[in-house]
Amino acid sequence: MRDTLRRLQQLAERRLPALTRFRRAEPLPIELHRRRIYIVPTGFGIGFTLLLMVMLVGALNYSNNAALLLTCMLGAAGAASMLIAFRTLDGLALAGVRAGQAIAGEALALTLEFESARPRNAVRVDLGATSQAFVIDASGKADVTLPLATVKRGWQPLPRLRVWTTWPLGLFRAWSWLHPEQSVLVWPRPESGGPPPRLPADEGLRPRLHHGEDLAALRDYRSGDPRKHIAWKASARLGQLLSKDFEQPESRPEWRLDWRELDGMDNEARIARLARWLGEAHAQGRRHSLWLPGQPIEVGSGPGHYARCMSALASLP
Amino acid sequence: MIGIRRRPPVEPALDARAFDLLSLTMACVLGVHAVHLPWWLDIALALILAMRWRQRRRHGSRAPLLLKLPLIGLLAVAVVFSYGTIFGREPGSALAVGLLVLKLLESETPRDARVGVSFACFGLMAALLFDQGLVVTFVVALGLLPALATLQALEPAQPAAPLPRALLPGLALLAAAVPLALLAFVLVPRLSSPLWGAPNPAEARTGLSERMSPGNFTDLLTDDSPAMRVTFDGPLPAPELRYFRGYVMWLYDGRTWEHAQMHRAGGVSHSPEPVEADSSVTYRIDLEPSDRTLLPALDVPLAAPADAQLSPDHEVFAKQPVRELRHYTLRSAVRYRLQAQLPQAARLLALRLPHGFNPRTHALAAQWRARYGNDDGAIVQAALSLFHDGGFRYTLVPAPLGRDAVDDFLFGTREGFCEHYASSFTVLMRAAGIPARVVTGYQGGYWNRLGNYLLVRQSDAHAWSEVWLDGRGWVRVDPTAAVRPERVSLGAAAAAGDQLGWTQRGWLGALRNRWDVVNHWWTEGVIGFDALRQRGLLTPFGVRETGTATLGLLLAVGMALFVALGIGWALWRRERPEPLRQALRRLEARLGRCGITRRRGEGPQHYLRRAARALPAQRSELERLMNRYLDLRYASDEPRPELLRQFQRAVREFRPRRVVK
Repeated sequence: MRDTLRRLQQLAERRLPALTRFRRAEPLPIELHRRRIYIVPTGFGIGFTLLLMVMLVGALNYSNNAALLLTCMLGAAGAASMLIAFRTLDGLALAGVRAGQAIAGEALALTLEFESARPRNAVRVDLGATSQAFVIDASGKADVTLPLATVKRGWQPLPRLRVWTTWPLGLFRAWSWLHPEQSVLVWPRPESGGPPPRLPADEGLRPRLHHGEDLAALRDYRSGDPRKHIAWKASARLGQLLSKDFEQPESRPEWRLDWRELDGMDNEARIARLARWLGEAHAQGRRHSLWLPGQPIEVGSGPGHYARCMSALASLP
Repeated sequence: MIGIRRRPPVEPALDARAFDLLSLTMACVLGVHAVHLPWWLDIALALILAMRWRQRRRHGSRAPLLLKLPLIGLLAVAVVFSYGTIFGREPGSALAVGLLVLKLLESETPRDARVGVSFACFGLMAALLFDQGLVVTFVVALGLLPALATLQALEPAQPAAPLPRALLPGLALLAAAVPLALLAFVLVPRLSSPLWGAPNPAEARTGLSERMSPGNFTDLLTDDSPAMRVTFDGPLPAPELRYFRGYVMWLYDGRTWEHAQMHRAGGVSHSPEPVEADSSVTYRIDLEPSDRTLLPALDVPLAAPADAQLSPDHEVFAKQPVRELRHYTLRSAVRYRLQAQLPQAARLLALRLPHGFNPRTHALAAQWRARYGNDDGAIVQAALSLFHDGGFRYTLVPAPLGRDAVDDFLFGTREGFCEHYASSFTVLMRAAGIPARVVTGYQGGYWNRLGNYLLVRQSDAHAWSEVWLDGRGWVRVDPTAAVRPERVSLGAAAAAGDQLGWTQRGWLGALRNRWDVVNHWWTEGVIGFDALRQRGLLTPFGVRETGTATLGLLLAVGMALFVALGIGWALWRRERPEPLRQALRRLEARLGRCGITRRRGEGPQHYLRRAARALPAQRSELERLMNRYLDLRYASDEPRPELLRQFQRAVREFRPRRVVK
């Protein structure tokens, strides 16, 4: 039954692209206008209409004009709410899409930037099974973040988004489809276990636990800190005791990760292993470099470097 | 299936704001129904509502099922106990309001709230079945505001506003709905006969009755709901002529005067008593529903309107009881001679008194007869003098009378109101051998200048006598006027003095009388807009009869018009004018007045250069403006606001001086 429905829906979408905007992905910004906003009564709207009918017949039957007037008022207010629902979407624009970072199989935080010339209430945007409501205030901008399910690494085109509202009374539901012509990059999923990278022979022998002479940072005073380590001037400025921190993070040998060293494995396995090593290096704060076919990446560390490496891995053919 | 979303498996709980508004909606429904519900049910439901509101606000928890079920049972029992049934208008609405309040006990999700609001709308409408006056309708319409606000509060993501402000969008929505609602109201085809049931179940309406026994006027005299409104074609008759004839009562059993067609059996003719009219007035009466066939008419009506007939005593009776507002036009004689020749049968009937009652009254009458001989007029005067000088008092709460009611009144209590005076006067006349009868009806009324009509309230009900005098026919005598002349000249309220409710007295009473014109318009324009009036809707445009099909067509056309207007509004997008462009336009307009208009496809730089050449005196000024404009337009994405303001000021101050060639 459900399959039949889905097939029917797909058929309808193929046959009536104008109705669903199924195929066309559009460049941003996408502004909603009357030719792409659809509106139907909700279940509650249909029930309410039935109730109004009963009220109408009752008022007419008892020739009670005051009740008839009340019924007409309610009906007219309901009709006006349809126009308001339409206006809530009309002119709304999706100005931009920002993608977060995620490895395949995990949800990626997708931020949609909506813009509008006037305030709007209770607009909802659906992505797959998740839905998020937002309001656009006088500033004319609103960011909505939704989780996007990912399956495999690489560029993943954005799915269709549905923007809809039942504002103000919940009697009518106006909606429109957004299909931004944009893709998000999904990082590869690291393998779950395996050998560590092979280290150059000379390194790895000099494990260094280091109490440096250089001042690294100021930190809150902890009882037991030597008195001469207290940064008196800074403490006086801030009104609380601060200690000079001379400890250096434990320095580890650099990892030079290289695609070429992993021969004998297929591409995805190599990528998964490199991804694991990158992850471990990032977690340990270890400096690392990455050589990939056509795009060598110099030694570095930190989140920016990690993201560069992962993105390069993700976009491998 | 496109666009139809499956309902999420678990609905979110109702938030506090929505619940507050839902409670307020229910309270409104309870409020508009409170008038006709039994007081203990009002209090009980209000308590349940308040406690449930508090409980959910405080603890946010559900009401236990063990509480809900017995309450529903209890409600049904209470309704049956109070009304004897659960069918019909009053018990039905009591049950509905009760269930609505109990619905609040289990309202936990938006879905519950929507169902609750829908039925609350129905409940509000049901309140109008009891009273469709202007004020009630207005209050009920206000009750829609929390209902609409509740629906709005169910929507996600909206700016927070304090509770009273949350009601405003609903008000705006209703205001926007008024034109379409009015169109639909005027054009929705009315039913000429109801689909089911009697439109108005018989209810005890106060009004003139076919009998007059001690005390049954008291309800009337304290009921100041409008009885009818009278519009005169000519000038307004003087106050002492504003007697509206209701029932004429011939039969007296010692306690009760009775209007009955029985006197016809006595051989009195069926045709109306002949009347010789000296002057007459034509007028129109809008009679409020009375559930009776009597159509009150100014004394004495000359002919019956359509669908009604004139009785021998010049009472006007409709063929059907008046259940809806009824209009009729009449002509009445105000100076007249009614039935100059009295048939023997009628004379006998007009002299008949029960045996063995009121001996002292009979004695007094006999004494007068002996003193004045055949002069009936003198006896009438003697009776009026007795009322005027005999220490009689006008009061709405007289002492009770015994078996010989007239004796007790004339020689004992000496206090009462119109019915006592009319009754005892008539008995006195009959005892003296003068044919007499009691007439009940309305007297007086309030002249509403704004609406140009005479408002007659139920409290203007009155009773007087008619005596038959040889050569003059039936003559109206108002013995109450002998006691309290202001009853006739100023009206019932003035006569009753302090005995009326505070709303009927003083400036408030006057205000109410003036306010009645609004009620009148409401009654005329809205409540009285029935199938008949609707059919005559297009008469000014030469269409005599507007059928249902025409109405439907008009309704469709009108709605299409409104839909077009609405869509126009919905599609209308205000171009937000760009300030820089606006300033340039202004400059162009100024230069255009000097004949330097921008050509099509001419850029601002070229145009302003041309302008500078044309106005050499202001060349430097124009070039400065041009450079500023180009800077603002092209130097950065967003022009800096202070520079923009400077440019705008410069444009404002720029006055092109035409070169005199």
